[in-house]
Amino acid sequence: MAAITLDNIVKTYGEKDQKVLAVDQASFAVEEGEMFGLIGPDGAGKTTIFRILTTLLLPDSGTASVAGYDTAADYTQIRNCVGYMPGRFSLYQDLTVEENLKFFATIFNTTIEENYHLIKDIYVQIEPFKDRRAGKLSGGMKQKLALCCALIHKPTVLFLDEPTTGVDVVSRVEFWDMLKRLKAQGITILVSTPYMDEAVLCDRIALIQSGKILSVDTPANTVKKYPTKLYAAKASDMHQLLKDIRSYPGVASCFTFGESLHFTFRQDDAQNIAGLKATLDSGNYLDLVINEIQPNIEDYFIQISEPVHA
Amino acid sequence: MRDIAIKADKLTKKFDDFVAVDAITFDVHQGEIFGFVGANGAGKTTAMRILCGLSKPTSGSATVAGFDVYKETERIKRNIGYMSQKFSLYDDLTVMENITFYAGIYGLSDKEIKARGESLLSQLGISHEAKTFVSSLPLGWKQKLAFSVAVIHEPKIVFLDEPTGGVDPVTRRQFWDLIYEAADRGITVFVTTHYMDEAEYCNRLTVMVDGRIDALDTPANLKKQFSVDSMDKVFYQLARAAKRSGD
Repeated sequence: MAAITLDNIVKTYGEKDQKVLAVDQASFAVEEGEMFGLIGPDGAGKTTIFRILTTLLLPDSGTASVAGYDTAADYTQIRNCVGYMPGRFSLYQDLTVEENLKFFATIFNTTIEENYHLIKDIYVQIEPFKDRRAGKLSGGMKQKLALCCALIHKPTVLFLDEPTTGVDVVSRVEFWDMLKRLKAQGITILVSTPYMDEAVLCDRIALIQSGKILSVDTPANTVKKYPTKLYAAKASDMHQLLKDIRSYPGVASCFTFGESLHFTFRQDDAQNIAGLKATLDSGNYLDLVINEIQPNIEDYFIQISEPVHA
Repeated sequence: MRDIAIKADKLTKKFDDFVAVDAITFDVHQGEIFGFVGANGAGKTTAMRILCGLSKPTSGSATVAGFDVYKETERIKRNIGYMSQKFSLYDDLTVMENITFYAGIYGLSDKEIKARGESLLSQLGISHEAKTFVSSLPLGWKQKLAFSVAVIHEPKIVFLDEPTGGVDPVTRRQFWDLIYEAADRGITVFVTTHYMDEAEYCNRLTVMVDGRIDALDTPANLKKQFSVDSMDKVFYQLARAAKRSGD
């Protein structure tokens, strides 16, 4: 059975003459025990989907289910069996670490002791500060406390809305390690992120932009769908190189990508690559390197989200 | 030798016993894109606030656009632009109202505001949105507009505090095109980011760890120095050694 299903979900905000379409006929399913990523930029509709699935918002049309329950009809059952960590820190700032955790355990009719095994790995890291008010914690510690509070009633499905946004690389790596351990305990996880490099850590991913689901697949299969060959170029003067490659007539798209530029041709033929190399060689690049490369998730996202440059 | 836009010498900021910024020393050249990365809590924001004239250091010295961070903070503010992801434009003002407001604060005349405002809008291709409320613009447009507004007075230096957080991959890249153009015009760009691919776009880069500058060089040299193939790994090696825990 699927742990989460969405079927043609549509959600608009605002009055009738100024309607904003937040989610546009979104459909996907998350299997039990799966770590599923919802990948897309701010404003793509990720949080709206989370709020619909956690029964905090009703869709305009379409149906959704969590753990077999309908999000509209069976909202009480869903609220009892899901954990939700919203993107914005939502714990009580003037309660201490321990008080927050106790509070969430109590409203779900459980105790910290009963499910301590679930949060132990994470909680020991913030336990030295258990008497500190939540509002006085650092960002990384807040994030760990919020995760503990979302887990303390032993949810079957865990919703994490951008848990790593604004978090540095080291804390992000730690956080994903924690998620892997939770997945190993059989918890289904739906996690959203704007960081494309985190997509590969999920079992399957949905790419979303402007409310539309663009693709649902494993990370490996997602990049296989890249329609053309992709090349990378590197030289000491990257800005000049960007301008030169973009102005070559056969080039379809060219983007900066860390230390290199990634580009595609309108037509994959040997003539184009030879022609471009010849053009660039007549420039004054001393250390030009061009290779064909394997696309990654961000390449694919750029490819499907933006029409090819005219 | 190029002109120095920012010069910091053993710049230090303490909050009681806590050393937020620990004797950092560096120069930024005019027209350079200078990256400032570090874990949450490494001291980036504190250092940036000092350089923007918003906070006084405890010891050490620094000049920004030639002005002293202790005594000439008002003159610093007049020579810089500032933009962050968290705060940039007023949602309940229109695009043109935001431009007028900021350009006015930066001291442009009404005539200059009109001329530069119009050329800015046409460069961004959003002239038809002049009367639109900023709240209804897509995030990507907002960020590009916010950057253009932050440099509307052609400051010597622009400070960008995580300008691209949450922005889609295409817009993030278009945003960097704007940064390059500003640098080409001679504007010094001082930028913090959590995206390590963006660290590669900087001419030089510092990595802050526990208030100190633990590395400062071009992206290529840093990778060589740490014998790794990506900035991600450089950062990971440095930041993992941090003693402070986050924020």
